[in-house]
Amino acid sequence: MTTESRAERWGAIAAPIALAVLVAIVLLLLAGANPFEAFKLIGEGALSGWANMGETLMAWVPLVLASAGLIITFNAGLWNIGIEGQIILGGIAASWAAREVGGPGWVVVPAAIVAGALGGMVWALFAGVLKTRFKVNEIFGGLGLDFVAASLAVYLVIGPWKRQGVASTSGTDLFRDEALLPTVAENNRLSLVAVGLAIAGVVFVYYLMKGTLFGLRLKAVGRNVRSAFLLGIPTSRYMLGAFALCGVLAGIAGSMQAIGFHFKLIPAISGGYGFLGILVVLLAAFRAAWIAPIALFFIAMSRGSTQLALRLDIDSALGGVITGILVLLVILGGGWQARRLLRREAAS
Amino acid sequence: MILGATWSEIWSAWGDVFTTASLASMVAAAGPLIYATIGETITEKAGVINLSLEGSLMLSALAGFGTAFVADNVLIGFLAAAAVGAAIAALIAFASIELRLDQIAVGFVMTLLAIDLSDYLGNRFVGEAGPAVPAWPIPGLSDIPWIGEVLFDHNVSVYGSFVVVIVAYIFIYRTRRGLELQGIGERPEGAFARGVAVNRMRYFYTIVGGSLVGVAGAAFSLDQRLGWREGLTRNLGWIALAIVIFGGWHPIRVAIGAILFGFLQVVALQFQSVFPGVSQVLPTIPFPLMILALVIVYTDWFRRLGDRYPRLRGILAADPPGGIGVAFHPE
Repeated sequence: MTTESRAERWGAIAAPIALAVLVAIVLLLLAGANPFEAFKLIGEGALSGWANMGETLMAWVPLVLASAGLIITFNAGLWNIGIEGQIILGGIAASWAAREVGGPGWVVVPAAIVAGALGGMVWALFAGVLKTRFKVNEIFGGLGLDFVAASLAVYLVIGPWKRQGVASTSGTDLFRDEALLPTVAENNRLSLVAVGLAIAGVVFVYYLMKGTLFGLRLKAVGRNVRSAFLLGIPTSRYMLGAFALCGVLAGIAGSMQAIGFHFKLIPAISGGYGFLGILVVLLAAFRAAWIAPIALFFIAMSRGSTQLALRLDIDSALGGVITGILVLLVILGGGWQARRLLRREAAS
Repeated sequence: MILGATWSEIWSAWGDVFTTASLASMVAAAGPLIYATIGETITEKAGVINLSLEGSLMLSALAGFGTAFVADNVLIGFLAAAAVGAAIAALIAFASIELRLDQIAVGFVMTLLAIDLSDYLGNRFVGEAGPAVPAWPIPGLSDIPWIGEVLFDHNVSVYGSFVVVIVAYIFIYRTRRGLELQGIGERPEGAFARGVAVNRMRYFYTIVGGSLVGVAGAAFSLDQRLGWREGLTRNLGWIALAIVIFGGWHPIRVAIGAILFGFLQVVALQFQSVFPGVSQVLPTIPFPLMILALVIVYTDWFRRLGDRYPRLRGILAADPPGGIGVAFHPE
């Protein structure tokens, strides 16, 4: 029996990263920019200054929450592509509460967060019931629900919840102040409630998957549905549970977007964090412990390249290109490594 | 009054949907989607899911326009777009067959990566006017009243989409090779036992399907939505995936699905002034329809209906190929 050496294991991680950096340098050179200056601008754009750090963290919160939810569904063997829709429904439900629930902040804000969690959960359970009861593949059911949710958000923004005066796809009216997350400082979105919820989400998922019977059984369902079923695990119920928990976390992410970042409902309320979260979780190899730093890296790249676009004449999509290439190379590298080990085993 | 519109307004917008000009634009709008959906149908028939359509379409649309713009030649643009679609498909096949990775994972990463790449690389082409597929009414046929204007007063890109549907149908259901294609998607072990090089054929069909997706991209940027801008084909890749399922992996039904989507677009266009809110939502209808189609197929009621009228099955049933999305390893 052969095993991979420590050097090989690190090589399998370091080589894709080095290659991704190389690709980034080439892309920057092609665009006529100095790569080192560009990297410096990306770093500064994301992390320099307290105000800036606060904004970065507030973009990090929903991505971390979505990624934490996806850890659960991925471990159950489910491709929850419907997560975008779950975030959107969370945002819509939170917006509803922010608009309709009266009273002081300590009533409205929790109500909006709970409403968001429920909205996300219901939307996730739709995909779950389609999967378990009607055998509709969760990828296509989820995609469908994403589109329906996005349409619902557009409809609300330009229809029933339209701005006073003229309807605009730029969003609803701003929520009243009591409905917004309390912030640390004025003119900065940073909210300890949001950051606390993100950390709690990660810790919850970490212990759920590591230290509970539910997590263990869920992994069994994810590995092999048939054997899990034969072992007496009610697989459908576990899948629904995974969908529901992921939906709750996605819904909270949506509520953070609504009452903590945009302060209103906009059509693109999900911010694309659901799909980005799938990349985060793939890069983290489905382990909860890794999602917080990886999500921070993703957000830093995306916010940094927005700054880069303002300073140099470079499209802000560069950040997405670099993270996308990194994820692709890490996945391909992992497959390559596994293949080599398999061959070595076959040869010995 | 319905939703703030009067009956006569609704009636007149509905009438505008069925003018020959508007039906002709529906046929033309379906063209690129037909290339993409037939490409994906062939890929999935072979048992591979190329989930990257949303990204493949976008990047090949840019490649098609960019190359045609630089070379000032539409044909070269189409070839470049097909090459991009084929390359992404080949990568997914390679990752699945050689590296035993999840097709869905690689396809999904390629989706997001290709979209960002198209944004990044397409910057310099935004707003440029480039070459377009020249109009070419088919002599004789285009003079037939009504039908001629709807079907035969287009260009080579649109006619090509008719041809692709018919060729795909005949190939899959009327040739020995087509039977083999169905075999490697339905029961790869069985095909392998009968001496078919399953994985080599999967490479081949995935790449053929990917090239068609690439052609679809060029058909957008060089014909239907002339030029390049960020998000030129936004959501159309996902819609193409939905249409393949809605069409039950059958070329003719898939093409009908693409035309129905073209119809929805025309309806949305005509009703934009009547129902400003609703017509923004119309293009998403394929998804609820797809889910509904999938749900109905799996109900007991539908099974009983199929048992009682076996002929209906061929029209309605939409079971995916048995070995879809599952890698095949001979050992």
